[in-house]
Amino acid sequence: MTRYLGTSVKRVEDPRFLRGLGKYVANLTLPNMAYAAVKRSPLAHAKIRGIDTTRAKALDGVIAVFTGEDLLEGTGGFKCGSLPCGFQVPNLNMPPHNPLAVDKVRHVGDGIAVVVAESPYIAEDALDLIEVDLDPLPAVVDARGAMADGAPLVHDSAEQNLAFHWPLGDEEAVNEALSKSDHVVELEFINQRLIANAMEPRAAAAEWDPATESLTVWTTSQNPHTIRLLLGAFTLGIPEHKIRVISPDVGGGFGSKIFHYPEEVIVPFAARAVGRPVKWVATRSESYVTDAQGRDHVTKAKLGVNNDGTMTALHVTTWANMGAYLSTFGPLIPTALYITLFSGVYKTPVIFGEAYGTFTHTVPVDAYRGAGRPEASYLVETMVDLAARKLGMDPVELRRKNLIPTDAFPYQTPVALMYDSGNYQALFEKIEELSGYESLRKEQEAARAEGRLVGVGFASCIEASGPAPSAVAVGLGAAIGLFESGAIRVHPTGKVTVLTGSHSHGQGHETTFAQIVADQFGIDIADVDIVHGDTGRVQYGIGTYGSRSAAIGGSALVKSAEKIREKLKQIAAHQLEASVEDMVYDQDEGTISVAGSPDMVKTFAELAFASVLANNLPEGMEPGLEESSFYDPANFTFPASAHVAKVEIDPKTGEVDLQSYAAVDDVGNVINPMIVEGQILGGIVQGVGQALWENGIYDEDGQLLSGSMLSYAMPRADGFPSIALDRIETPSPHNPLGVKGAGEMGTIAATAAVSSAVLDALAPLGVRHLNMPLTAEKIHQAIAAAGNGGGE
Amino acid sequence: MEVSLTVNGRAVTSDVEPRTLLVHFIREHLRLTGTHVGCETGYCGACTVHVDGKAVKSCTMFAVQADGADILTIEGVANDDVLHPVQEGFWERHGLQCGFCTPGMIMSSIALLEANRTPTETEIRHGIEGNLCRCTGYHNIVRSVQYAAAVMRGEEPPPPDWET
Repeated sequence: MTRYLGTSVKRVEDPRFLRGLGKYVANLTLPNMAYAAVKRSPLAHAKIRGIDTTRAKALDGVIAVFTGEDLLEGTGGFKCGSLPCGFQVPNLNMPPHNPLAVDKVRHVGDGIAVVVAESPYIAEDALDLIEVDLDPLPAVVDARGAMADGAPLVHDSAEQNLAFHWPLGDEEAVNEALSKSDHVVELEFINQRLIANAMEPRAAAAEWDPATESLTVWTTSQNPHTIRLLLGAFTLGIPEHKIRVISPDVGGGFGSKIFHYPEEVIVPFAARAVGRPVKWVATRSESYVTDAQGRDHVTKAKLGVNNDGTMTALHVTTWANMGAYLSTFGPLIPTALYITLFSGVYKTPVIFGEAYGTFTHTVPVDAYRGAGRPEASYLVETMVDLAARKLGMDPVELRRKNLIPTDAFPYQTPVALMYDSGNYQALFEKIEELSGYESLRKEQEAARAEGRLVGVGFASCIEASGPAPSAVAVGLGAAIGLFESGAIRVHPTGKVTVLTGSHSHGQGHETTFAQIVADQFGIDIADVDIVHGDTGRVQYGIGTYGSRSAAIGGSALVKSAEKIREKLKQIAAHQLEASVEDMVYDQDEGTISVAGSPDMVKTFAELAFASVLANNLPEGMEPGLEESSFYDPANFTFPASAHVAKVEIDPKTGEVDLQSYAAVDDVGNVINPMIVEGQILGGIVQGVGQALWENGIYDEDGQLLSGSMLSYAMPRADGFPSIALDRIETPSPHNPLGVKGAGEMGTIAATAAVSSAVLDALAPLGVRHLNMPLTAEKIHQAIAAAGNGGGE
Repeated sequence: MEVSLTVNGRAVTSDVEPRTLLVHFIREHLRLTGTHVGCETGYCGACTVHVDGKAVKSCTMFAVQADGADILTIEGVANDDVLHPVQEGFWERHGLQCGFCTPGMIMSSIALLEANRTPTETEIRHGIEGNLCRCTGYHNIVRSVQYAAAVMRGEEPPPPDWET
């Protein structure tokens, strides 16, 4: 019996946010603090002929100005290194990425110089006084175009702008299967670039202590230990044990705050050079041209299907835009997190996928919520819809025909992954009921008879969450294992401090992890405090991304709790003069008693105190009550989902009205239903954003045309109906909590579901495909073209 | 320039550069950092405060324009230990995740409910469309405002979605 697991405990972190007491990096003030601002390139590609900082340095209130050369030469007392790539696929071309540009700028927003001043306003003023002589060069922005003959090179060392080529699967077998299929549906399409837009802009602050020769860095990171490792081993050259990285409250990440960014190097450099704490906070305009962006694929796909609806083979070639430099995990996203997901929830027997990662004169591309998996689900679901249309079959019927059967788990896909568990038939039954799928189709039929453009979209998706078993991760190219740590420190009074390597930036770990630990011991949740985001307090950890925290970080805590419970049993047995085997831990009451003798009992708090009184412990036992664990998962976890969207399109304007949305997700066991539903709801709306509105657009010169919240259309409150949610729970068999990832599933399914609905609505007009975002303008043009006998 | 105003019931007089934005005055001069800066261009609403009872994006106003005004920030919303019904609603109905948009969202929601105690879901969605949230998908923010509206009317709030 448990008291907190599975219940919607109100979040313990909320009161500080509700009162405006969140501790975000931008709120930090240190004595004698100075402020940094970064001069950035207005051009996508140019040679730096000269930088004149004389006038900026002369401005009253300016303390110092540094350029890329200063960082390389060690003007501030030490030299900065190139920002490394943490995921090295075979034959990766990895050109240097200096924290501030030297010789050349390679994207709009590339840093050129940093000003340190007495106030943020003065630092901004000084930026205008830095004179940069740039010699413009031609740019390339398109992932596939970057490989064309004569395309401008982003790095001289990367021929054809190629960073890597990553194939997976048996291409010969796929081609043979396609040649024998009754039909092959083909499509070339774009998965457009997205911009994460966490509401909190990135920020960094640093303080150098000359007395201890140690550095403290505050940064808006999802993984402060990773940042400390990279600072110590690569970019700052300060020994890792002399660096403390703190990521306090972080205002959303969605992947964009995983990576090691130039400002995390520049700001510490400046702080040490000027001998004062320095803080930098990005403006939103800077966020648009410096935060790593997402998606941006050009893809050609072929799906084989037989007359009875059986899918026979899938062949995919993708050109994935890496931007101007390799971001920390850039090469991971369109490879091991994308191609390995091409099986989806289906038993497609043979699959081949390959990705070309290319450099362009754009902001680096890396993980954005879902990271490879939404691209995969959009690809697979779009192709499945096309196959259904080709055969004149209901798209749900075709999907059902190809589902991996429930008795097939663990299921080995043709693209490397072994799915741990699932029940896709149950998922389908529940979504058809929740969405009223049959009646939606009847409504659609009636609407179509009236000439209205009503569409019903369906998406059934898989996610590989919780990266990853370290041996698998490192085998694929990761520069470090992807376990997680969790330590539990029981204080003499029975209060508990938990130190986790996971990092919460909206996910609610301070609540869910406290639920886990409180239940492990049978204590009040108010007696458990979760500490995260500080390398000075928390043992080495990996951090939060890829929907990994509950499955890996949570499991590490269970392991530590088990060790503590064992020690408590031994102490209790010793003091009650009974054998350890006879001790019973009552996790409802937080007591340990002798089996059959409930009067012979010790409470958790009594035993905690006994462990530090230490005068009556079993022979040889160390005093104290503190344990830590490093949990390396045996596999990914494989959440699945089925989502249904209904839209109606205004034929006069092309505007999409999202009228209903229903989602059934299977994320395994649920620790806190309220929080899990919150994650899924937020994910859905982000996914709808990609389907309908969001687009990171560069012109041919490499200027970001959607570089503000005015021109980059994020979802607002008024574009949505109420969303209906339900779930099934198929526990993961390989972690002690039975949980699967919940943070990205919504996004992975929603983009595909809404795109499917819009294309379904337009199908009677002969529109076969439209690339996202499915804006009113684009749809209006498609309707007009169809009216002229066109279509796409 | 000298500026005198009331912030959360406290009289404040300060010497500021004329170009100082109200949000920077609140955050940097008064050290009330609950009012956040999300875009500096008036789109995101993270910096929303009340100026003379009206919800205003404080990055769109200079501090000197607020001379003589009565300002309420997120720090002044709760009555000591007792949360405002809107704060309570956001807690009860999971209206926040990372918390960054939350202060602005609460200030806009309070203004909305001060003007209309019985808003429909559509009215709520339109009422907060000037505040961006990237975490919640707005669904639970709408539920939070509905909760608060019920409490402010003296009624029992509807049960949470995750229990139905």
